[in-house]
Amino acid sequence: MAEKFTLRVNGAEHSVTVEPDTPLLYVLRNDLGLKSAKYGCGEEQCGACSVIVDGERAFSCSVPINEVTGKDITTLEGLGTKNAPHALQTAFIEEQAAQCGYCTSGIIMAAKALLDANPDPDMDAIRTGLQDNLCRCGAHGRVLKAVQRAAKALR
Amino acid sequence: MNTTPKAKSVFIGSLRNNPDLDKWIVIEPDGVIQIQSGKIEIGQGLRTALAMVAAEELDIDLSRVRMQMADTELTADEQVTSGSKSMESSATALRYAAAECRAIMLAKAAENMGVDVDSLIVEDGTIKSPATNAQTTYWDVMGGEKFGQKATGTVSPKPASAHRIVGTEPERVDIPWRVFGPGEGIGDALFMHDMERPNMLHGRIIRPTHQGSRLESVDPSALEAMPGVVKIVKNGSFLGLIAEREDQAIKAAEALAEAANWTAGEPLPNEEQIYDWMVSQDTIDNGVIDGAHIKDAPVEAPPPKNAALTLEGMYGKPYILHGAMGPACAIAQFKGDALTLWTHSQGVFPLRRALAPVLELKEENIHCIHRDGAGCYGHNSADDVALDAALLAREADGRPVRVQWTRKDEHRWEPFGTAMVCGARASLDADGQIIDWRFDIWSGMHGNRPKFHKEQTALLAASHMDTHWKPQPFIAAVADEAGEHRNASPGYDLPVCNIAKHFVANHPFRTSSLRGLGAFANVFAIESMMDELAHASGQDTVAFRLRHLSDPRARAVLEETAGAIKWDPKSWTPGNAQGIAYARYKNFAAYCAVAVDITIDEATGVITVNHAVVAGDAGEAVAPNGIKAQLEGGVIQATSWTLKERVRFDPGSITSTDWETYPILSFRESPEVDAIVISKKGDPFLGVGEASQSPTAGAIANAVFNATGARLREMPFTPERVRAMLVEAGKR
Repeated sequence: MAEKFTLRVNGAEHSVTVEPDTPLLYVLRNDLGLKSAKYGCGEEQCGACSVIVDGERAFSCSVPINEVTGKDITTLEGLGTKNAPHALQTAFIEEQAAQCGYCTSGIIMAAKALLDANPDPDMDAIRTGLQDNLCRCGAHGRVLKAVQRAAKALR
Repeated sequence: MNTTPKAKSVFIGSLRNNPDLDKWIVIEPDGVIQIQSGKIEIGQGLRTALAMVAAEELDIDLSRVRMQMADTELTADEQVTSGSKSMESSATALRYAAAECRAIMLAKAAENMGVDVDSLIVEDGTIKSPATNAQTTYWDVMGGEKFGQKATGTVSPKPASAHRIVGTEPERVDIPWRVFGPGEGIGDALFMHDMERPNMLHGRIIRPTHQGSRLESVDPSALEAMPGVVKIVKNGSFLGLIAEREDQAIKAAEALAEAANWTAGEPLPNEEQIYDWMVSQDTIDNGVIDGAHIKDAPVEAPPPKNAALTLEGMYGKPYILHGAMGPACAIAQFKGDALTLWTHSQGVFPLRRALAPVLELKEENIHCIHRDGAGCYGHNSADDVALDAALLAREADGRPVRVQWTRKDEHRWEPFGTAMVCGARASLDADGQIIDWRFDIWSGMHGNRPKFHKEQTALLAASHMDTHWKPQPFIAAVADEAGEHRNASPGYDLPVCNIAKHFVANHPFRTSSLRGLGAFANVFAIESMMDELAHASGQDTVAFRLRHLSDPRARAVLEETAGAIKWDPKSWTPGNAQGIAYARYKNFAAYCAVAVDITIDEATGVITVNHAVVAGDAGEAVAPNGIKAQLEGGVIQATSWTLKERVRFDPGSITSTDWETYPILSFRESPEVDAIVISKKGDPFLGVGEASQSPTAGAIANAVFNATGARLREMPFTPERVRAMLVEAGKR
């Protein structure tokens, strides 16, 4: 049975009526029109769906909606915009850290969670912070450089 | 003066077959020029490179370009974006089309202004007459009209010395969309997956878990109580459903899968012995003797009498996945007999041609519109999902239907990269020079893309439907550098080269083009054998290659790479060494050498690629950063293929159905890669998108030998295989 839920996404409140076990990913994408979080595997193996829930990285493909009411949810759209970019977004553009870009949103959100917890990570810590995100095109080197660059800019 | 013969002899790329200038350049009224291409963006930066080439010739700022990629109603038919041919065919076409459009507009301006056309200059689309101080713009000259004429190809593009944009490093025009999310003005850079259409429904397909299974029965009553289910679509063994919401479609698909009964599939060969299986199959043979194609495989002659040393080796590459990060997706909508398809297919025109007979529609009534997909690396499931969406949309009363494959669908049903076995036998004379070369290749099919046919189909759903559709047959590639022949000829100066191709037609799996095609396995084998020959004759492996390479561009990439990694056999220690390999993709595209520095943990058998250097020569570099990205990406993807990847299966079905069972290189394992671009202004474009993968496998294999004295000949180089190799070599 569908129920009404209130969600706080990127600082704004939204009301949706869905089944309680609907994964957050589909609510974000289809009910709220926030398309940056992506379906990659539905099994928490690729990280393309990564968003931030109460400061921690969450795999939105596997988080039911009834577990995130009352929590602060941040997606890529809430991180920054062209006019007010987050340091990670600026760094990813400066390093041209994307090829097809399908994995990019999930990686940036995972990196955000990493830098929030550890503002001065060495390369090993960055690699570990991204170990649950996959990239198939081979943009790894540029991604790692971009995260390093963003960390420096934020310090 | 008759300019036609001259025009015919100039290479103008796709403009030759698509001369209508309005298919390439559209002068929009708002200070923008729409640049159109029949190719697509697959993450290789083509959208930006094409924009640069066109802006260069038109003398406009890059910011005035709006790119329009493949669309069957708007653009030229450039077939498929594949084979690393887009710069050669599409960029060259745009170069000539833009130069000619500029000339046409200048001629109009000159007439309007009453001045000599040669006196005019163009600055960012403003046409100026220095003599009279008059000026106008492209947009005023055209007044919103089309060119309405065909290209003659007789207007020469700018000389390389005049380039302001080509060769610089602008940021890719589409990366901001990936970094900020989709937004206003994204155009066809919108991911297919992110697209919504008004009143859209969601579809899912229920596919068997076993190859060759047919649908025996399905009890739809399981779905009666499920909210949002609109329809179940069944046609033979094709089974799908449509629902209002995506989450409803997903749940209903799970329930419908439970309610479906399939026949037992066809037994699969033993995965552990897949290489033995390949060489024991009936094959269709053909061959090449010193460059000349022959109908049968050349009989293996004994080594020449003056051979001082002869070595043989068999090398294996397993089935591997394209493994796109975004499983396939499409949206289809019918309006009467007309179908609109939004698709990330690599070839919207061939797709349309293949769909028409299957859907019993007129080709001109199918409109295929490209939207960006995740990296596909070849012919994956993008075309299949387009047919899936159309079959469901046909039952949806004119509403658009979006179909999304799951990760399991993708890993079970995408066309795989075929397994291959290569046998190399080579002889050296007393001076250590190669005097004989024999290469045997066993392979399944590489290029199995959708085509128009009245009875055969490459599209998955069609062969499951209850109709006459038979799968496109597996056919051996016979042309030079096609399929299994790609890079079968070693890129070295060899006095003798005999190639025997053994095509395995009866494959358990559908296979098709995967980045590099036969080159990955062939170059792995060739570059391994080159090292084996060098070692056996006491020669440095770089010097050994150079003595068989007279092409200065080949020598340059090899020497550049060796220099950049600080090639030094004396620096190698047990468990830590360098390896190197070289190939010219297709023997006529980009030149590439790769060197790696690896560490092997002898206890666990884990190979770590610490650092890689890759040098590539792709002709004149339009977007050098884009070339670097392709070189780097190819090395990292190929490292993943070499160390980790293989499709897994048991006697009944595919077992590698997710990222745990089909692991790929992670951020913890990715090497540092330094890419060097060698470029000369004016050199023709050489395709580079697939160039760095094949030397990577050889470089890693060679580094393993240099670190351990033992050789791996079967990919992937799993820790188990490394430990077994070390045991066999008496090292453990």
